[in-house]
Amino acid sequence: MKKKSIAIFAAALAIGLVLLWLLQMLLVPKYMTDVREGALIAEYYEEEPNHDVVFIGDCEVYENFSPITLWEEYGITSYIRGSAQQLIWQSYYLMEETFKYETPDVIVFNVLSMKYDTPKSTGSSSQREAYNRMTLDGMRWSDSKVNSILASMTQEEREKEAMWMYLFPLLRYHDRWSELTAEDFRYWLKRDTVSHNGYLMQVGVKPLEDEHVERPLVDYEFAPSCYEYLDRMVELCKAHGTQLVLIKAPSLSPVWWDEWDQQMVAYAEENDLLYINFLNHQEEIGIDWNTDTYDTGLHLNVYGAEKLSSYFGRILSEECGVADRRSDAGLSALWAEKTAAYDAQKAELEAAYAAQK
Amino acid sequence: MQFTSFSFLLFAAVLLTVYYIIPGKWQWPLLLIASCFFYISAGTEYLVFIALTTLSTYATTILMDNRLKQRDVYMAAHKAEMSREEKKAYKAKIKSGNKVWMVACLVLNFGILALCKACLIDPVRTAVSGGTLSFLTVGLPLGISFYMFQSMGYVVDVYRETAKTERNPFKLALFVSFFPQLIQGPISKFNQLTPTLYAPHKFDGKAVSFGLQRMLWGYFKKLVVADRIAVAIGSLKGEEYTGIAFLVLTVFYAIQIYGDFTGGIDVTIGLAEAMGIKLPENFIRPYFSKNIAEYWRRWHISLGVWMKDCIFYPISVSEPMRKLSKASRAKFPNFGKRVPVYVASVATWFCTGIWHGFSANFIVWGMLNCFVIVVSEELMPVYAKFHDRFHLKEKKWYGGFEILRMFMLMNLIRACDLFPNVGDYFRRLGSIVTTFNFHILWDGTLMNIGLTALDYAIIFGGCLTWFVMDLLQEKGPIRERLYAKPAALRYSLIFILLVVVLLMGSYGIGYDASNFIYNQF
Repeated sequence: MKKKSIAIFAAALAIGLVLLWLLQMLLVPKYMTDVREGALIAEYYEEEPNHDVVFIGDCEVYENFSPITLWEEYGITSYIRGSAQQLIWQSYYLMEETFKYETPDVIVFNVLSMKYDTPKSTGSSSQREAYNRMTLDGMRWSDSKVNSILASMTQEEREKEAMWMYLFPLLRYHDRWSELTAEDFRYWLKRDTVSHNGYLMQVGVKPLEDEHVERPLVDYEFAPSCYEYLDRMVELCKAHGTQLVLIKAPSLSPVWWDEWDQQMVAYAEENDLLYINFLNHQEEIGIDWNTDTYDTGLHLNVYGAEKLSSYFGRILSEECGVADRRSDAGLSALWAEKTAAYDAQKAELEAAYAAQK
Repeated sequence: MQFTSFSFLLFAAVLLTVYYIIPGKWQWPLLLIASCFFYISAGTEYLVFIALTTLSTYATTILMDNRLKQRDVYMAAHKAEMSREEKKAYKAKIKSGNKVWMVACLVLNFGILALCKACLIDPVRTAVSGGTLSFLTVGLPLGISFYMFQSMGYVVDVYRETAKTERNPFKLALFVSFFPQLIQGPISKFNQLTPTLYAPHKFDGKAVSFGLQRMLWGYFKKLVVADRIAVAIGSLKGEEYTGIAFLVLTVFYAIQIYGDFTGGIDVTIGLAEAMGIKLPENFIRPYFSKNIAEYWRRWHISLGVWMKDCIFYPISVSEPMRKLSKASRAKFPNFGKRVPVYVASVATWFCTGIWHGFSANFIVWGMLNCFVIVVSEELMPVYAKFHDRFHLKEKKWYGGFEILRMFMLMNLIRACDLFPNVGDYFRRLGSIVTTFNFHILWDGTLMNIGLTALDYAIIFGGCLTWFVMDLLQEKGPIRERLYAKPAALRYSLIFILLVVVLLMGSYGIGYDASNFIYNQF
């Protein structure tokens, strides 16, 4: 009798846990048709971890660089580990995690996040729980993820012991049951791939109309904590024999102040790093702000991204010495598939955009 | 550590596991360690208060017990040579000495409690601390009103020789600080709690399961209903909400406080039950009461019992009361004999009000309760005549009417909690008969107080479920009946309740963390 009761209890527990897991899978945001950038981080694990170049950073990497162009024109295999409003401590832990999977020749880090201080002191717009989730939920569990969560939690998340909500996302998204859409059921247990090696394609065009103007700052000095994470990135790359390249993507907003640029130039010199501010190379890249942006200069569209990648690819191969791997038959076949998917989506989005106009 | 925090659930889970792994004789020391950990997690600055209460309780009860033992030894030795009067005088002498110790202990502890509560009032806070923040002015030490009353109840019981004296200081420390009831009671009697608190317990699947079920039910009331409706109460306290809106507020508050308080008590009793420890019930479906006396026998029972034992009875049987009774009976033969009871009632309700807080609204709340109790008592013969004349007691609908009447009356009195300024409360109360704004029920006003249609649906569904469960519970213990059902049905119902709490509970990011209301007392 006792044995039977234990068996029934165990069975009920197992069934209950499975049902709760299914419920959790249903309730978590899918990021498949809306806010697609939320799906980017998780897609990395579906890849064969064998890239020459890995980009790390915020929307200025996943919207502005096309790995397909880098492959097509220079035979460089690359992946973008980008996410919306990715903060520098998150970038550091993503970099740390990347080294657990692969050791690329070059890691490219977009320095815009140097402007954001620690979670405690950042303004409301820079540190939001929703952005944290987009970067952190997609990561696989490891010490890097735990540390990234600990470094990233907002005040409210700390007060509400959000680590449990990262561990069991059902606790975070428990009230989404009233907002479920067909997308949630369609992607309940499977996901589509939304990016092309981390690149999120946009084909729309919304020209730059007026110059982006921002109020001058009182203090342009980057926070010590940001430098600390940058130092840790430098150390990490050195330890793995990977070249760290600092870039500032040519996005026009948020404004990248000269004072910030000077600090990065000085830091790169001091640490013997390559730093490229693409805002200074717009003409050479050939960016036309009438046709190459989909949101008035904040991000490039696919046409701008291809131009920028073409320009950067030359630097990666000539200055950083990244090899051309197009002679590798296996890789060529793999990237041919990726290119076909990229071209197909581009054509599809262009057709949809034209119809929309 | 809030009962609704994830860390508490982890703490409880780890404790339960260790509790049943270790030998039974180590269970109560483990509970003491867990209670200390629980208390310290709320802040070390208040440790001194509970330590002082424990020490003074221990010292006083041991002192009194030693004297009682000496008395027994002396009397046994001199049994033959002492006359009856001498024995009586000797006993009275010991009792009187013990009384001094008891009163000293009560004064010390209630003095601390009064000081702590008074320090919540701004002018006193400033006077005590000179305007600077000190450990006395940060807030009320966790659970002080509860552990203090429990300890002092024990001191009184030892004085009365109705409780055995605990000579192990660590066991006594556990009695004072047992963590599940630290937050909001119940205020247990020593004789009630300690037999199961100190006893070793073997793992009992049924007891653990029943305890966890009760905890889950408590979370349902707290997170799904009480915390969801809390936002509307904050809005409805606004000046613009008068008349019918005030009535709506009183009903919403009735739902919130009942869900909040009984939810917390369910978590407390459930957790203790899972460890084999029996705590007294604190509520017996009070909203089904037909009169105020019955209501107070069903609501916050442990506080009522304490007040009755330690304030009401001692006053009503005291020498001055006997004299008053004699004098008043001579003047008003009918009413006079009840005067001492009414005087004791006033004192009891005054203390009950003060227990909730050193502010005018709580005293008014206590006095309003007392007023209704006294008036009801006086009008009892009139009611009885009225009921007999129309045979009302035989009619079912009249029972329902009495319940509804009592519910609304208690709601109106209870709303006093919400307005520290008593004038505000009476203005709102008066507006019920001056402002007939029934339109707020359908003109969209109630959709602008922080609740969406979905919130209303969840609250309504939650209350309905709760009401049905209370009705079923009136007929007998639900969990026992559920236990007799097939396992599939039993587990399915528990799982559904768990899912409802998980999905519809007001917790996590975007929700205001709502503390248990009785934490503040």
